Amino acid sequence: MESSGVIAAEAKKESNISIVWRRLRKNKLAVAGLIIISLLILIAIFAPLIAPYDYAEQDLTNTFAPPSREHLLGTDDLGRDELSRLIYGTRQSLQIGVFSVAIATVLGTTLGVFAGFYGGKVDILLMRFLDIYQSVPGLLLSIALATSLGPGLNNAIIAIGVSTMSVYARIIRASLLKVRSMEYIEAARAINATDFRIVMKYALPNAIAPLLISITMNIGNSILAASMLSFIGLGAQPPVAEWGAMLTAGKDFIRIHGSLITYPGIAMVISVLSFNLLGDGLRDALDPRLKN
Amino acid sequence: MINYIVKRLLLMIPVLLGVSLLVFTIMYFTPGDPAIIILGPSATQESIAQTKQELGLDKPFGERYLEYIGNAFLRFDLGKSFFTGRSVSDEVLIRLPYTLKLAGLAILCSLIIGIPAGATAAMNQNTWKDNATMFGALFFLSMPAFWFALVLVMIFSINLKLLPVVGIETWTGYILPVISMSVGGAAGIARQTRSSMLEVIRQDYVTTARAKGQKERLVVIGHILRNGLIPIVVVAGNSMGTMMGGALIAETIFSIPGMGSYMVNAISKRDYPVVQGGVLVIAVCFSLIMLLVDIVLAFVDPRIRAQFSSKKKKGSAAKWKAAA
Repeated sequence: MESSGVIAAEAKKESNISIVWRRLRKNKLAVAGLIIISLLILIAIFAPLIAPYDYAEQDLTNTFAPPSREHLLGTDDLGRDELSRLIYGTRQSLQIGVFSVAIATVLGTTLGVFAGFYGGKVDILLMRFLDIYQSVPGLLLSIALATSLGPGLNNAIIAIGVSTMSVYARIIRASLLKVRSMEYIEAARAINATDFRIVMKYALPNAIAPLLISITMNIGNSILAASMLSFIGLGAQPPVAEWGAMLTAGKDFIRIHGSLITYPGIAMVISVLSFNLLGDGLRDALDPRLKN
Repeated sequence: MINYIVKRLLLMIPVLLGVSLLVFTIMYFTPGDPAIIILGPSATQESIAQTKQELGLDKPFGERYLEYIGNAFLRFDLGKSFFTGRSVSDEVLIRLPYTLKLAGLAILCSLIIGIPAGATAAMNQNTWKDNATMFGALFFLSMPAFWFALVLVMIFSINLKLLPVVGIETWTGYILPVISMSVGGAAGIARQTRSSMLEVIRQDYVTTARAKGQKERLVVIGHILRNGLIPIVVVAGNSMGTMMGGALIAETIFSIPGMGSYMVNAISKRDYPVVQGGVLVIAVCFSLIMLLVDIVLAFVDPRIRAQFSSKKKKGSAAKWKAAA
């Protein structure tokens, strides 16, 4: 019985994914976003092979060089190859996006499950806490947390993750509240399933669609937030090649060598835009009202 | 209506206490002894102990927190800067107007750009106008605001020499900071305007309005936009929070003597009373703005007023906030 049930469930799941995939594929912009994201991931993995120079390799005899055959995008104030630093910067940006969103998702989901699944006093207490939490503008909360944790890329990731978790908590809570009194949850309880199992296997899968959209959109936002933290000196520290930190370093030379600002900014816009396009596409593809 | 406002004001008290506790706790657990930060690494044990006593740092957490909020909310005293020794509250009173002015102008600018852009997109759904507007909005949302500010400075101040690079001595000094701050907000508002207008665009009352020969412009403004207004107002209120965060960055770039430049300096020097006070003041402003948003919502939407008078606990403002 159980094995056939699993097979049926898997067949159903497969078809759902293929429906979403089919609808996503029709959205050209979302597909473009997906392709660029895949490229970024490849660039990040193979950075040492692609980059012509090391990101920290200085050449003080050749600073602020214009684009040339040796340095396709020129060099920065310390004679480091701009293109290589951009390529290595992909690693930092993807790390920031993925890890801070992972932290936010885990924290938010945990809070949301407690609030939505148990309800009652726990719910009221946690929701009041989230109200307070959201009364502090997001960037400001990240700044306060990052100040407290100290400068550095890892601390910036934690600060951003912790300060954005309330979105996920609300999503999870809302969808658990909806299914809490459904019959299949009651059935699971009747076969003596533990709370953990009920939540993981029966309740949480209902929240996957809104969660996925938020995750995709927030990867881009986290990359932006981290660049802001870098800008006020709380994010990546030199010589790490992070786009936000590169922008910040470049702003001192805005009058003599503007391209130090242009390139990292363009790189950031392209990657954040790709995540946002994919997120928008996913939202349309996962919208049950538009099914078929 | 007055009852509603009073009730919302009373509800703000626990939220503000919570915010102050949150900010205070974050700063409390910061590693590094403030006394050593003030005196430098070569300070003696005795002078450290003395400084700690002077600042009240030797007291337990609860007592320090109560003292802090007592001073903050009853006497508006946010402590003194570690480095300049100047009162944080005095400094905030001088600087806050600049930040509020910037954020206010920016939100105004985003509404002026965002709502017509979103409305145009919605009324021309799935045409090139719609696609171009929405792609543009997403593009501006994907851009670090401070990068956009730097690019504007590069184009308009350094290359074309049209606008001042820094300072706000003349009104032209406001142009670049306000534009750089408002594009993100305008993009968010345009997206929200489009989607809330699309929700109501096929309602019967819109068809009715058209059928009775109402001018198209009035149908759009009076029926479609008006009924989709609540989420737009909520998004605008939320952007105000983002704007005040963005103001911190814009002020640093354009050397505007507001809260932002004050706090960013304090962060690099680890001047905690300033960071703590600054975050608290901005959070209070943000809560007041959200309160204003709720009042505006009750004003524009009779449904919310009706809900309140039928003694229901939660207004639809809270619901929309959760959805946003």
